[in-house]
Amino acid sequence: MKINKDVISKLARLSKLKFNDDESKLISNDLSKMLKFINQLNDLETKDIDPLIHMNEELNNWREDEIDDVLSQAEALTNSPVKDGTYFKLPKVLDKS
Amino acid sequence: MNLESALLKYEPIIGIEIHAQLNTKSKAYCGDGNEFGAIPNTRTSPVSLGHPGTLPKFNKEIINHALKLGLALDCEITRWMHFDRKNYFYADLPKGYQITQDKTPICRKGQILIRLENNETKNIELTRIHMEEDSGKSIHDLDPFNTLIDLNRAGVPLLEIVTEPVIRTSKEAYEYVTEIRKLLRYLEICDGNMEEGSMRCDVNISIMPIGSEKFGDRVEVKNLNSIRNVQRSIDYEIVRQAKVLDGGEKVKVETRTFDAPSGKTSAMRKKEAAHDYRYFPEPDLNPIKIEENHLIDIKSKMPALPNELFKKFTENYGLSNYDALVIIEQKEIAQYFEQLVQFTTNFKTAANWVMVNIKSYLNQQAIEINSFPVSAEKMGLLIQMIDENLISNSLANQKLFPEMIKNPNEHPQSIAEKNDWISSDSEEELLSLVTKIIDENPSESERLKNGEKKLIGFFMGKIMKASNGTADPKKIAQILNKSLSQ
Repeated sequence: MKINKDVISKLARLSKLKFNDDESKLISNDLSKMLKFINQLNDLETKDIDPLIHMNEELNNWREDEIDDVLSQAEALTNSPVKDGTYFKLPKVLDKS
Repeated sequence: MNLESALLKYEPIIGIEIHAQLNTKSKAYCGDGNEFGAIPNTRTSPVSLGHPGTLPKFNKEIINHALKLGLALDCEITRWMHFDRKNYFYADLPKGYQITQDKTPICRKGQILIRLENNETKNIELTRIHMEEDSGKSIHDLDPFNTLIDLNRAGVPLLEIVTEPVIRTSKEAYEYVTEIRKLLRYLEICDGNMEEGSMRCDVNISIMPIGSEKFGDRVEVKNLNSIRNVQRSIDYEIVRQAKVLDGGEKVKVETRTFDAPSGKTSAMRKKEAAHDYRYFPEPDLNPIKIEENHLIDIKSKMPALPNELFKKFTENYGLSNYDALVIIEQKEIAQYFEQLVQFTTNFKTAANWVMVNIKSYLNQQAIEINSFPVSAEKMGLLIQMIDENLISNSLANQKLFPEMIKNPNEHPQSIAEKNDWISSDSEEELLSLVTKIIDENPSESERLKNGEKKLIGFFMGKIMKASNGTADPKKIAQILNKSLSQ
């Protein structure tokens, strides 16, 4: 993938960040270097190798269906910058899709 | 243009996605309670709030629920699977991603039989069923300046059930969603309440000229809070899309929302950029392997399913398709009927008592069959009494049945005896009763013989009264007719 201005602006949009032109150039450079580094992996032959989905081999690491660790309403809302005692509050969102 | 003329020209292609909230005690990846209608933000934990450093832990019961549904729908069960991260930014998704299954859904393929008019049936094929989590709830209409977020729902387990694009009419869509809901309820994995949102439907619909093989551009319709609205939205879309195509334009690929009061759909406001979910394998959850004995265990616990019961009721008990469908509509009613036929072989009569008398009592009292006081055994005894002519059908319906509800522990025969409702219905006794009444009313019987039919009521009343109401009106009518025609 070529890192150009469009890619940078798409990535910025997806990660809710804003860059000016200078920053954009800087990041473009950095990302190109990173990609080049990672792309070395493409030199390896991986035809007969299963993708590594998980870092350990443990399976079925599940729990029984029981209730625990529930926070109180006040605790849940502690870190919310704006709240009304019942809900997290945020600027009006019009578009829900 | 109306629906009929649109369907003369175009063929609809419909696929449906159903999200079913599972009725587990706790959430999918953490131990918060899973409960509809709790006070806002009282069912959360650091995991469901998406706090840094927290790790999900998978709820085993979701697998059990998914396997039940997969087996019931004749799916291929995936034996080794992992979870995937679906990334998107929205305030009611605190983690910034949904844990779902993209590449390895727990169930693939599968099908469900639906019933249409004229005893036609159709198999609706499924693409997949996968496990995922619900988001929190955004409330837009409570506060004029803010959107409010309730995270009680964040992380509630969901199964998403996806059909192939094989549905062709709104009626098929209606029957499909009805069948899936019935199945979810039979399996007791989801309450299927569309108004509360514990079951949600998205409809994908396109139309193409009849005879064409290339599907048209499709629209996704959301916000369907009843099965009836699924049907209405499809009918509306067929006409709308037909008008667009007839006007020489293209149908816009978009998501639309259904407005129930007007019956119309409208485009949802477009996001600035198309979604890019950047799926990748979820690193915080280990893969799942379904062992053979796990599957055997689930299989052994499967209840009888609606379509199996339908077959049994129509083929073994000789019920009509209609009667069988009414009885299997609700699992508990079907179970009661199954108990009842342990005590009588008069299946048709048993079905009638369940469908008419018992159901109307339940409706009237607004209770479920589980609270119906009379046991299946006692109902069986009642039917037996009718079969043996110990009591007339009308007395059984109007007097004995209500009395049994009041005294559910008493034997119906002893209730009937106490109240003098036992029939004295030997042919002979009835005949002498009829003869006596005819003799006592010579002028009326002459007029009736001469064709004054309305006098039948007069005689019926007299005879019923003379028998203390215990006689079977049908029999009296027969005997009366016979006596008068002699």
